[in-house]
Amino acid sequence: MKQKDIAELLNEPACEHNTKAKSGCTRPTPGGASGGCCFDGAQIALLPVADVAHIVHGSIACAGNAWDNRGSKSSGAKIYKLGLTTDLSEQDVIMGRGEKRLFHSIKQAIDSQAPAAVFVYNTCIPALIGDDIEAICKAATEKWGTPVVPVDAAGFYGTKNLGNRIAGEAMVKYVIGTREPDPVAEHLERPGVTVHDISLIGEYNIAGELWHVTPLFDELGIRVLGSLSGDTRFREVQTMHRSEVNMMVCAKALINVARKLKDQYGTPWFEGSFYGVRDMSQALRDIAALIGDDDLTARTEALIAREEARVHEALKPWRSRLSGKRALLYTGGVKAWSIVSALQDLGMEVVATSTRKSTEDDKAKIRELMGENTRMLDESQGARALIDMVHETNTDVLIAGGRNMYTALKARLPFLHINQEREHPYAGYEGMITFARQLAQTIESPIWEAVRRPAPWNAAVAAAAAE
Amino acid sequence: MAEIVKRNKALAVSPLKASQTMGAALAFLGIKDTIAMLHGAQGCTAYGKIFLIGHFREPVPLQTTAMDQVSTVMGADTNVIDGLATICGKNAPALIGLPTTGLAETEGSDTAGSVNVFRKKHPEHDGTAIVAVETPDYAGSLEAGFAKAVAAMIDKLVPEAETKGGDPASDRVTVLVNGALSPGDIEEVKEIVEAFGLAPVVLPDLSGSLDGHLADADFSPLTTGGTDIAEFARLHEARATLVIGQSLSHAADLLAQRTGVPEHRFAHLMGLDAVDAFVDALRRVSGRDVPARLSRQRSQLQDAMLDAHFHLGMVKMAVAADPDLLKAYGDLVTGMGAELAVAVAPSNAPVLKSVPSEAVKIGDLEDLEKLSRAAGVDLVIGNAHCAATAERLGVPLHRAGFPQFDRMGAPAKVSVGYRGSRQVLFDLGNLMIEAEPATIAPYRSIYAQDGADDAASSVAEGL
Repeated sequence: MKQKDIAELLNEPACEHNTKAKSGCTRPTPGGASGGCCFDGAQIALLPVADVAHIVHGSIACAGNAWDNRGSKSSGAKIYKLGLTTDLSEQDVIMGRGEKRLFHSIKQAIDSQAPAAVFVYNTCIPALIGDDIEAICKAATEKWGTPVVPVDAAGFYGTKNLGNRIAGEAMVKYVIGTREPDPVAEHLERPGVTVHDISLIGEYNIAGELWHVTPLFDELGIRVLGSLSGDTRFREVQTMHRSEVNMMVCAKALINVARKLKDQYGTPWFEGSFYGVRDMSQALRDIAALIGDDDLTARTEALIAREEARVHEALKPWRSRLSGKRALLYTGGVKAWSIVSALQDLGMEVVATSTRKSTEDDKAKIRELMGENTRMLDESQGARALIDMVHETNTDVLIAGGRNMYTALKARLPFLHINQEREHPYAGYEGMITFARQLAQTIESPIWEAVRRPAPWNAAVAAAAAE
Repeated sequence: MAEIVKRNKALAVSPLKASQTMGAALAFLGIKDTIAMLHGAQGCTAYGKIFLIGHFREPVPLQTTAMDQVSTVMGADTNVIDGLATICGKNAPALIGLPTTGLAETEGSDTAGSVNVFRKKHPEHDGTAIVAVETPDYAGSLEAGFAKAVAAMIDKLVPEAETKGGDPASDRVTVLVNGALSPGDIEEVKEIVEAFGLAPVVLPDLSGSLDGHLADADFSPLTTGGTDIAEFARLHEARATLVIGQSLSHAADLLAQRTGVPEHRFAHLMGLDAVDAFVDALRRVSGRDVPARLSRQRSQLQDAMLDAHFHLGMVKMAVAADPDLLKAYGDLVTGMGAELAVAVAPSNAPVLKSVPSEAVKIGDLEDLEKLSRAAGVDLVIGNAHCAATAERLGVPLHRAGFPQFDRMGAPAKVSVGYRGSRQVLFDLGNLMIEAEPATIAPYRSIYAQDGADDAASSVAEGL
């Protein structure tokens, strides 16, 4: 990828960071960096497209160390679950046989898996030795008739976030707009209900959580044309240019897609979240409002009233158990402000929250929710500082990603896993009940007392020493 | 305190209970050079033998007094006397265990009297000890029969000590174990005791007989290992007695009366608290520090608790087991934040009141299934018969108790001590991970564009 293209992606005009004096995304600090690379970001953004063969072009580390580790679920096709890589050998690198191997790999994937399309992810070594993956993909498409899409996001290009954008860019350039949506089937037409089309951007159906939301869309007559990229199919992504509204579900990732679709097709977009009762309802309202169908708005309000009443009742026992408990939120991708509001819905207190992947806008929202004096953890804290902060703030539960899970457990701290590898679906009204249950599961566990207590013989020694 | 809900139906469906007689036979099998002769009809032994062979995958020395129609009506004393003489004549065992069955008890057999007659009639067999025990199958269950046999052995073989109170200078420690401990468990217990420089004498020691070892001899009509019968006469020399399982209360009382050796009792050895209590007792008995290896294992169990609590917390468990084992699993899983939603025991026992559950049902596997369905349990813990129950409930099964005929290695499984408890937590956690109770059903939108793969697209134009 050319430096000019990278710079352009970094200077995303829709990104809040770029309105400030110091513009562009920050560079990682050697020795003090955490988080994934550009390739990681690109693959995460697109991997959930379920009927696509995702080929990682490179040596083994990129795919071998990372395949099959995400919690994205599919309601049908499972090709995305395969780990496919060109697994370049030393000879391939030396002799420059990477392109040839990639070309044959694409053929093999098409022959054996019959995917709807092939996505080819570039990685550092082929990028360095100059493999022209764009040309290979083009030739492969022409030769075999299956769309082959290059995603040129080698790790050294930059951060995970940049990778997200490169992936989005590839979709806008090669996929979205290449097919018109299917007409809505006649038997799905309901009198008085106009079916409206939307798209979701930055939603990954982690642990199948979108399935708490889709039934509500169906009930309202809202068709999700395509998604980037939870439980979606290639032919659905192709039609995303026809949506009436795009919802941005994850704070910064893929913001360029929403902006470009607005520029190119005039589609309005908004940022929303499916986490927490308030935000879930707000998302439904925003969709209805942007579509501007009075009937839809009325039906949306009725659905919100029904679901809120139902979930309010279901959450009652949990709220009484969780109310007043203190949480420290240390998360990346999932919108911090949205989780804050979900925790507040349960009567919990958020003592501090990380904002390292939040936009200025996100931070403003957090201030609005938690007050001006809220502690925001702007930089990566490191485990020691994080644990100290937990003790300092008398926190009952740490909510963070998998990376910090065992750090928390070693420090004998109740923990809730919130990031992409988690096992529980938290989205939608129903997901809120799961969220509450999982919080109670860890906070109320009897093991904390058991693992903090000294061995009886040490306790006896301590007592004897005290006497 | 758990409410004990007694049996309230005529028909037992898919019984959980295995008979007292078999429990007693099992206890005798933990003594070296021993055979048990069940006083009853041939079938009582034949079924018992199949039951134990299936569980242990080992030959099991069991005989029968083979009561028939005549002896059942006219008196079966001769069967006992002749049976003892036959076995002694053929195999000269160190011990013959003589548990009665429901048939013998109903008939009114005086087994002790028969043994006395045998002794007078056959002084040449005085070298073989004989322990009779009344274990009709219409009372109690396997665990109770096991405990009764242990008590009967103590009663018969442990003399009244001249000086009571044990020997504080001795490194000998007596360990009375209940029927819930597998040979693998007993090995673990021995290792823990030995770690404190003590020499455990386990009674009865199934780890010597039914641990599944290949002996040099190609055939043995008797047990090939276990507690040496000579140990009974030396139990008063021990520094301490450790009792594992509340079912052994009576046996332990008896041993204490005869020997006066200081004792420590434990309900079970599963989970951090239980093992801590055991290890701390050994520390006090031995006067030694807890070995670093055990401290390490303790911290490993704690770490496993942290990892497992995500999978076991708030999980609804159903446990069907004999009382001591039910108590052990109940304590272990509730200690992890799970709920003991259903507890079923085959027969009543004092320990059941302390099971951490609202109620304990005295019942069968039909009760287990109905209660589990009503409670919506996530996981069943029980014997191999529960496999069908769990399958119908659509939940995983963790095997525990007797019999486990559908898996290999049940006798080798270690579920006690820090290490054993950790392994059980891993096993339970893995079952829950595999069962994925948290997953939501896939939902495909009614509007999904699944249409025929028309115009696979014109993406090429974009390239």
